[in-house]
Amino acid sequence: MNGPTNSGLRRAGAAIVGAAESDLGEVAEGLNPIDLMAQGITRALDDCGLALKDVDGLLCAATQSRTSGLSLSEYLGISPAYIDTTILGGSSFMFHVAHALAALQLGLCQVAVIAYGSTQRSIGRRQASVREVNPYETPYRPFLPSTAYALAASRHMHEFGTTREQLAAVAVAAREWALLNPAAWEKKPLTIPEVLGARMVSYPFTVRDICLVTDGGGAIVLTTPERARGLKKPPVYVLGCGEAITHANISSMPDLTLTGALQSGREAYAMAGLEASDIDVVELYDAFTINPILFLEDLGFCPKGEGGHFVEGGHIAPGGGLPVNTNGGGLSYCHPGMYGLLVLIEAVRQLRDEAGARQIKGAETAIAHGNGGVLSSQSTVILGTGATV
Amino acid sequence: MSQSPLAVYQAHLDKGELAYQWSPAAGRAVFYPRLVCPYSGSTALEWRVASGLGTVHATTVTHPVQGEPYNIALIDCDEGFRLMGRVEDVDPMAVKIGLRVRFRVHKPGGDEPAYPVFVPVGGTR
Repeated sequence: MNGPTNSGLRRAGAAIVGAAESDLGEVAEGLNPIDLMAQGITRALDDCGLALKDVDGLLCAATQSRTSGLSLSEYLGISPAYIDTTILGGSSFMFHVAHALAALQLGLCQVAVIAYGSTQRSIGRRQASVREVNPYETPYRPFLPSTAYALAASRHMHEFGTTREQLAAVAVAAREWALLNPAAWEKKPLTIPEVLGARMVSYPFTVRDICLVTDGGGAIVLTTPERARGLKKPPVYVLGCGEAITHANISSMPDLTLTGALQSGREAYAMAGLEASDIDVVELYDAFTINPILFLEDLGFCPKGEGGHFVEGGHIAPGGGLPVNTNGGGLSYCHPGMYGLLVLIEAVRQLRDEAGARQIKGAETAIAHGNGGVLSSQSTVILGTGATV
Repeated sequence: MSQSPLAVYQAHLDKGELAYQWSPAAGRAVFYPRLVCPYSGSTALEWRVASGLGTVHATTVTHPVQGEPYNIALIDCDEGFRLMGRVEDVDPMAVKIGLRVRFRVHKPGGDEPAYPVFVPVGGTR
């Protein structure tokens, strides 16, 4: 992997000014992903007081629409000056933030929206995300993505002594946060024995180690710092961005216990001029319970190999030492397939003091880390309030 | 190009051989087979036949809603390449990281192509 690069992106060169979820969970029959994107966009524009006519940059990704940029532009009746439909899995929207920042900084657009929608629960996961046949993996009948993450977890357990109980602690912490979030799918408490005793799917993962399968989507609105200041809500500045791609298939992952988050985090911290100890709120893409453990290590919140120990005893749960995945995460809040946009929305809400019972008091900085594929693409976004600029 | 990398690989499997590519430019094995070496960019890739010996690098047990649980593993072959496989002739939960294994061809029958599976040979690494 390469070291940090000087990407040319300007710290606080753009701000997130609007953020909103679409309908979540199980949406009304007949709604499609473009409906949910459009719903998220109108809500996010209302959130900041801008209108569709102001939007001249469009970034979106969906597994259910091959040319979502075309479908969404037609649907909304817009012809954006800047369009980007980069799709790299669940982290796509963190990549979009960096691309929107670049476009705004270069004057390619003035108001950019990033949108996502999925109806995978309503139509079934198989239909929502058609698997590609890989002659070197498909014959073994992997459950993808869970088999791939389970293989990575097996290595972490072997090398560092990480236990199933430690994995379960991640699911329990997510559930405790979800119980503070009215929008969360899961409404009942969860214990470590319940996680361990749930239906086994891909050892070491039971169904409770694995993210939800829900519908959902949303949008965020970005603009220049100058324009951001006059809008309805306090701007949330993009302080740092970093990206890394290491592989596509798990059998080609260079090191199963070291993710591209090491590189993406390093770049984002360098751009932001911050380090892990400066971050108040940590939002990590938790498709599986191993994910936060890997990302806490690779993003510098604990040394490599100590992630399992770090999450024990409610350390990342409400009231713990480090607030992680305050919305309840993909494990207990919502996971429509490419969850990264909802990670960004929660980080924005925390920095605006809008998170209600789960609000981290006085939060000034947040990290929103996206993961895509089978630990394949990693993208880190660091956000801050006006006080950090 | 008369034969794809996949076709060459498959023809070796049909003969009971596990084939991989060697990149002289990179000085290392390449797997899965392809047209370009990902370590050097070279298109000069040579075919070699592996000894079939390897070590379990990572392992999981898949539990289908119906049917028996089965193993899926990543195998590090002694020649320096990694591939997905299944370790057979042993309880799937007994497949441990470090277990030494040997390749054999699995022929699913029908139209499905043969693919490599592995069996324990005793010992660990």
